[in-house]
Amino acid sequence: MAAVTASEGALLATRGLSRRFGGLRAVDGVDLTVARGEIRAVIGPNGAGKTTLVSMICGRIPVSAGEIRFEGEDITALRPWSRVERGIAYTFQITSIFQNLTCFDNVALAAQRGLPCRGGDAELARKVERTLARVGLEGRGSALASTLPYGHQRLLELAIGLALEPKLLILDEPTQGLSEEEIVGFCALVREIATEATVLLIEHNMPVVMDLAHLVTVMDNGRILAEGTPEEIRANPEVQRAYLGT
Amino acid sequence: MSLGPHLLLAFLEGTVSAFVLALTALGLSLVFGVMRIVNVAHGEFFMLGAVLAYGFSSLVPGLPALGFLLALILSPLVVGAIAWGADRLVLSRLNYNPEATIVATIGMLYIIQQLVLTFYGPDAHPVQPPINFRILFPWFGYSGYKLVVVAAAAALLLLTWYLLMRTHIGLVMRATQLDRETALNFGIPVARVYSMIFALGAMLAAVAGVLIVPIQQAHYLMGLDPLLLSFITVIIGGLGSLRGTLIAAFVIGLSDGMISVFFSGTLSKIIATLLVALVLVFRPAGLFAQSAR
Amino acid sequence: MSGQVLPRPAMSGADRRPISLHVGVLALLFGLQFVLPAYDHTNMARIMILASYAMGYNLLLGYTGLMSLGHAMFFAAGLYGAGLAAYYLGFDPLSAFLAGTIAGVGLSVAVGLVALRTGGVSFMIVTLMFAQACFLLTLYFNEITQGDQGIVLDLSAWSWDLGGEEGPLGLISPPIRYNLALLLFTLCLLAIFFLMRSRIGRVLIAIRENEPRVTMLGYHSFRYKLGALTLSGTMSAAAGATYALLFSYVGSTFAGIQYSILPLLWVLLGGQGTILGPLLGTALMFYLVDISSEYTSSYMLIVGVALVLLVLWFPKGILGSLRQRWLPWLP
Repeated sequence: MAAVTASEGALLATRGLSRRFGGLRAVDGVDLTVARGEIRAVIGPNGAGKTTLVSMICGRIPVSAGEIRFEGEDITALRPWSRVERGIAYTFQITSIFQNLTCFDNVALAAQRGLPCRGGDAELARKVERTLARVGLEGRGSALASTLPYGHQRLLELAIGLALEPKLLILDEPTQGLSEEEIVGFCALVREIATEATVLLIEHNMPVVMDLAHLVTVMDNGRILAEGTPEEIRANPEVQRAYLGT
Repeated sequence: MSLGPHLLLAFLEGTVSAFVLALTALGLSLVFGVMRIVNVAHGEFFMLGAVLAYGFSSLVPGLPALGFLLALILSPLVVGAIAWGADRLVLSRLNYNPEATIVATIGMLYIIQQLVLTFYGPDAHPVQPPINFRILFPWFGYSGYKLVVVAAAAALLLLTWYLLMRTHIGLVMRATQLDRETALNFGIPVARVYSMIFALGAMLAAVAGVLIVPIQQAHYLMGLDPLLLSFITVIIGGLGSLRGTLIAAFVIGLSDGMISVFFSGTLSKIIATLLVALVLVFRPAGLFAQSAR
Repeated sequence: MSGQVLPRPAMSGADRRPISLHVGVLALLFGLQFVLPAYDHTNMARIMILASYAMGYNLLLGYTGLMSLGHAMFFAAGLYGAGLAAYYLGFDPLSAFLAGTIAGVGLSVAVGLVALRTGGVSFMIVTLMFAQACFLLTLYFNEITQGDQGIVLDLSAWSWDLGGEEGPLGLISPPIRYNLALLLFTLCLLAIFFLMRSRIGRVLIAIRENEPRVTMLGYHSFRYKLGALTLSGTMSAAAGATYALLFSYVGSTFAGIQYSILPLLWVLLGGQGTILGPLLGTALMFYLVDISSEYTSSYMLIVGVALVLLVLWFPKGILGSLRQRWLPWLP
């Protein structure tokens, strides 16, 4: 099992990160380090604590113990919006787009943050259109988000994340509900995104993990079980035991 | 009268207020605890109880005891029926959406108030107490009926406790409060339970109104003060906690009753309303709330 | 293609319609003053001021998704701010108006900092309680405010000579009153119109739709809500100040619960989240009550029934339903 060394140049580093709900230890002392430019997959059985872990990283839920460092800065106590400002974007596992707004408005909400107020509507519109086209929703700007089929809503969720121009993009089960064809397009997109941003990916879809990830972190019962390249993880007997079905 | 006896008088007044408030606030708390809605028209049920008491007791003039008994039995039943109807017709159709329910109950408040104003009139009318005796303390005489109120209220509170804790229906109600989904899965007719709870809450307010009316005349605007006090009580006691409501009712009822013997109304009301707001903002679980619902 | 900040798909080429519609309405309002009989003339002035109040309320309810039950305190802040300044301190109308509006700003921020820590039902109750406390304060300081009875303002000292036959016109003369009310209405309308098309407006609507998501997009949602509440309260206060000055009266009733419920009713009736909904709702309700008061004095019954019916069958109100069924471009 290859050790992942924590280095000063890491983009994201958590140390002893824990989250307790009453007596339940959803996340128990996790040390996770993600380097710049990586595509890191986090896998594990249901209830392993994956979503809880990333929720703490992006600020959705508070930390019970431990610390989180982003680009060397301690962000453990920062509110979600401050973390977005620093470059962390999270796409929801259960789609949380604005159903009653148009696709345009959904993405514009994310895109307008980065643009100066006097930047003009034209520039904003260009940016939104570009982002929509990137995820494959070209021209769907005026459609109401709720009218989109589920797979496209997931793509919209991704577009919103992209429009934030993050340094770290956290994707929580992004391929769930996508068709085979859409998944292929998605993988190509993620590889493209990884040239500009670091990707932290929670996935159950093993082929996607094998295809995309540089490194894989396996979680079980709130702890990291193993870390390594996709091949190493697949061959790891402990992982096979804990997480059947590769 | 020197301070000591004044305090005793204040204490007695406070006790009466506390018991009546306990009944009223319990109704509001029950509705919130089970249905998770705020009934802004709750004070109007109190008022209806009082006004109907006047109506029923005037059916048998000259027999105050009988008239009062009639009122005590019939007023809550009528008010309960009205509340049941309101729930079936309006609240259930809104799916008990919190904000929509508040708007709807505000509408109900205006409707009830106006109807009473039209049919009962703008004046206050007295109702004869069923028993008229005075207890003679060395320093002052005290209306015996008020102590009857305390006894009756205590009895009703015990009755309600028994209903909720020891009967099958009470069990069903508590189950619905704890977990609506599971209750549904167990075949409990949740919709009907909700109507029952809403009616029960209204009946508690109505009975409080009947008890209070021989002391305080029946008037179409009399529901507003009990509403405010019940709100304060339920919020300070902790939304959804029956025990908290009762404790808060006694604290608030006693202090309100005592303060009103010594001080004027407006300033204490201002403080009370601000207190409610601040408790809701900074201690939303209430001051006495238990950790579990 | 412009991004319309509306919960409806933007149609290309439809850009002109919202603007033409609103310009048309304003022109209509302007023209009405020349054809209306005296009674309705005064009513329209009143309606326009109250509609401005309603628009302020709508900003918070319809666009930001926060239901307050205590807006009367903001209206009253403006009313008393302007009225007391004119009565006791001899302020001229403009200064009195500013005094009232600034009072509104101060109160909105103070209330917002505390009340916005809660949401939903708690927010409703907290705002209700603060408003009730303010109402009681107007009664408590009876010597200054004259409580229920109120103060009648004498603003005849200020008048303007427009060269008409009747000589100088005071504040309460119909043409001045109507046009000042219209001016207030126009300013409020424009403010809302441009705000809701802007990026800030987009965020407010998003907060209404899904607040947790908005924080995850990098917005400090509390600040936006506070801004919305402040603007809403200020608009309400401006309406209150105008009302005091144009109708020469300041009284406790305007701080009472009724005046918190009425804008809710007007906005629900006209259509929450629409720009012209508040005006429509205010005007309709006004005339409904007016007409029915010839038959019965129980107008609160109508308010109550209207509230129940609206919330049951027409939660979107008139313009809201219109927008949903036929006119998706309606802002």
